[in-house]
Order: sequence, then structure tokens, then C-alpha cells
Amino acid sequence: MNILIQITYLVATILFIVGIKKLNRTQEARQGNILSAVAMLLAVLATLVESQLLTPIETFSCMLLGGAIGLVWARRVEMTQMPEMVAIFNGFGGAASLFVAFSDYWTRAVEQPSLSTDLITIISILLSVIIGGITFTGSLTAYGKLSGKVSGNAIVFSGQHMLNLVLLLAAVACGVLVAIETGSVTAMIVMGVISLVLGILVVIPIGGADMPVVISLLNSYSGMAACTTGFVLNNSVLIVTGALVGASGIILTQIMCKAMNRSLISVLLGGFGATSGGAAAGGSASDMVIKEVGVEEAAMIFDSASSVIVVPGYGMAVAQAQHVVREMMDLLEKKGINVRFAIHPVAGRMPGHMNVLLAESNVPYDKLIEMEEINDDFSNTDVVLVVGANDVVNPAARTNPASPIYGMPILNADKARTVIVSKRSMAAGYAGIENELFGYPNCLMLFGDAKSTLTKMVGELKEM
Amino acid sequence: MSLENFIFLLYILVLASYCGFELIAKVPPTLHTPLMSGSNAISGITIVGAILCVREGEISKYLGMVALILATINVVGGYAVTDRMLQMFKKKK
Repeated sequence: MNILIQITYLVATILFIVGIKKLNRTQEARQGNILSAVAMLLAVLATLVESQLLTPIETFSCMLLGGAIGLVWARRVEMTQMPEMVAIFNGFGGAASLFVAFSDYWTRAVEQPSLSTDLITIISILLSVIIGGITFTGSLTAYGKLSGKVSGNAIVFSGQHMLNLVLLLAAVACGVLVAIETGSVTAMIVMGVISLVLGILVVIPIGGADMPVVISLLNSYSGMAACTTGFVLNNSVLIVTGALVGASGIILTQIMCKAMNRSLISVLLGGFGATSGGAAAGGSASDMVIKEVGVEEAAMIFDSASSVIVVPGYGMAVAQAQHVVREMMDLLEKKGINVRFAIHPVAGRMPGHMNVLLAESNVPYDKLIEMEEINDDFSNTDVVLVVGANDVVNPAARTNPASPIYGMPILNADKARTVIVSKRSMAAGYAGIENELFGYPNCLMLFGDAKSTLTKMVGELKEM
Repeated sequence: MSLENFIFLLYILVLASYCGFELIAKVPPTLHTPLMSGSNAISGITIVGAILCVREGEISKYLGMVALILATINVVGGYAVTDRMLQMFKKKK
């Protein structure tokens, strides 16, 4: 029987690898996800057999409850809420690792102290508790920020990094105590609490637009937590899948950092925009002359164009303007105008956020063009429509070495013949800096809520 | 756990991590969100550990049950929402 369980685990592992490989291609991605779900089912079945189902009622009622909650949640969530959904699920994964490690520890320390516990196992347990705990509360904090329940701004106070360091050292000290004497339950609990506090403290100084990096990193942590749990339970399926997730999270983190021209360290230290933004912005702000445009006039500009690029940003998600943007695309295409979308890698609050929103509103994915591919096309484009994006089209990143975003790769929207910016007000972007683009002679501002102004413009376009 | 066993698991860890980097390095930005929520569901593999914890004992069993509920939400919700998302990605007709 045991060998059958082992073979099932092996098959599951292969399916996980094939499944994640298929997530690389848009046509096969759905199939890949299903394969990986099948792998999970196999692993669960094998484990149920292995556990001999000593407590069937508890086991199945927990799984039914969790499954029902997960399913309902997944069906109900709005696509604009994807970032917070991923964040909270990630937190649950981290918490699960934390509780599994704690449960295993409790068996060894209190319930069956006769069980021999070697150093490798206890270190694995300690790591699971720390990583799981940080992932749990870190993800919950990210969830709070993304859903607006906690201020999305960077929260910084003096001595913050010092405090984190002291807490980390205290956690390590507790860990050493537990490693020396497995029965040091108090030290274990203190360490668990510290890791929960640390999770909150490391995420609060990170501001809204850095969220794509944080979510990716927490995703990676949840994989590592699963991995260490695998060492606790001596289970290779956990190790392999945990490593796959850990690697994918790290890769996404790297991509996001590169797209913002920031190092991971500087993102984690946090406080971006709160400190450096104000001073650098002061100079050029007042002498900027902006030109406003009305809905009617904007519609006329679009009507006479032959090529249009739309640059979406987080503001589009906030205004829920993705459907009206697609409607506009359909109308313009009917008039023979070429419409494409330029997607900056960090547009939105999580990697690929814009792609999901536009896919939801039925924009075909081959219309969504990556930054590197589309950047040279802006100069021979008639009209660029910027919807709720700001820093990713700020030419200061190219021209002004004093700007905090200098060096960040941006979309060259300013090179187009006309740029129309749909924006609620003149408020600065996340980086807290003035956008030079708005003062350019080819830039027109279309003020107001993106959804309502664009709906009006679609109405105008229909009549033309 | 014996030292040999630990080294063996380390081999698995190293190879799987390398495998992960190779597999995911070229994922197109279009799929970043589904990749993230999909891999998030995979990290719910802790469900396996949770099932093994809900076997015996008192407090250790209750801790295991909490872990099992959370991990199942993570797994089922993660896969379901990823599927919902991937369903929307369509090419132009």
C-alpha cells in the first residue's frame, strides 16, 4: 500500500511541473491550471489514505467548509479585486504552514514528549513558523492596503528598521532556546507572536504602487513556507511544489523591480514618495501650463485619427472604466482606426493586473502590447489615450536626473502626435511628483471620472 | 530525520528550485496575474501536511483542523479563480 501512495505522490509531482509549464502559454494556460488541480487532488487522496483516516468526521468537515468558502469567494470576487484576493489567499497558505508546524511541534513537545526530535526537524519547524507567520500577517496587511481598509500610503516612523532588526534577533534567540530544549513552549509561542508582528511591520512602510513587488514576494514566501513544512514532515511533494512556487514568486519580484528601476532592498525599506518626492517636485510645478479638452473635442480628435494607443493604469481599475474603454475600441475599429493597448509591467497593483481587467471586458489579448514592443510605435501614432496612469508615462524618468523615478523604464506616450489624459484631477501620481507630460504642448487633459467622461465620449463618437 | 535523508531532501529542493526558475522565466506579462494566483493555489499544498496533523492528540489536532480549513480555502479558491480568469483570455475571433 505504501508504495502505491509514493507513486501517486510522484505522479502528482510530475503533473504539477507540467501544469506550471503550460501556464507559460496563453493557449494552454487553462489546461495547465486544470492539470495542477488534478495533481493537487491526487496528492490529497494519497495523503488521506496515508493518514488512515483516523478522524474522518473532522477531516472531511474541515475540507468541506474550506472548499465551500473558497469556491463561493472565487465565484463572487470582482476582477478589479484580484490583487487583494490573491493577497488574502496567500495569507491563508502562510497561516496553514504556521499551524501545521505548530501542531507538529505541540505533538512533540507536549503530547508525546517521548517522541525523539532531532535538530533538523526542530529547525524546520522553527523556519516554518517564522516564514508562515510573516507570510500570514504580511499578506493580511497587504490585503488591508489593497482593499482600502488600511491606508495605502507608506507608513514610516523613526527607528522602524531598528525595531524590525531587534524583533528578528529576539525571534532567533527564542528559536535557539527551542532548539536546545524542545519543551520550551513559552519561547516557541513568543517566537510565533514575534513573527506575526514582524509580518505587519515589514509591509506597512511599503506604499501602494510598490504592491506588485510585495505581492510577488509574499507569494514566494508562501512557497518557501510550504517547502520548510515539507522538511518538517519529510514529504517531498511539499518540497517540490513549494520550491516551484518560491521560484515563480522570486522571478515575478525581479521583473517588477526591474520595471520600476528599483532594487528589492529599497522597496522593502519602503517609504517611497513620502520622503524623496516633495523636494524634487517643487521646482517645475508652478510654471507648467496645462491645456484642457472637452468631451466633444476629444471625440473629434479620435474620430480623425488613424492609429490610437490606450495606456491604462490603476485609475482605470478604480473607475471601473475597462468596459467603456473596450466599447470605445470597438467603435473606433469600426471606423477603421487601429487601436492597441500599451501595458507597462507595473501598471495596476499586481503583475498583469491590466491584462486581466481588459480580458474581462473582452479585449482580445493580442491587442495588449508589452512596453518594449510598443515603445517605438508611439512616435508614429496619432492619439494616445492615458486612462488612470501617471508615473509610467512621466518623461521625467528619461530626462530629469533629479526626479525620484529617473531611470525607470516608461511608455513613450509623449512622443505621439496628441496625448489625451483622462484623469480625475491634477493630483500627483503615487510617486508624489508632478508629471511633466501634462505641460507638454501635445498633451490635452480630459478631467473627470474616467468612466463617465469616456461614456460621454463614446456617445459623441456614435453620432459622428 | 537522518542526515542522509536531509541531504536527499536538499537535493530535491535544489533541483526543484532550478526547475521552477527555468519553467517560469519566460512567462508572458499577460499571464502574470493567473500565474500568481495559480502558483498561490499550488502553495496550498500544505493541505497535505494539514491532513496528516488532524490524526490524533488534542491541541495539535485542533491546530491541524484550522490549518486544514485555511489550506482548503487557499487550494479550492485559488484554482477556481485562476480558471475563471484564464477563461476570459481570448484571441480575436
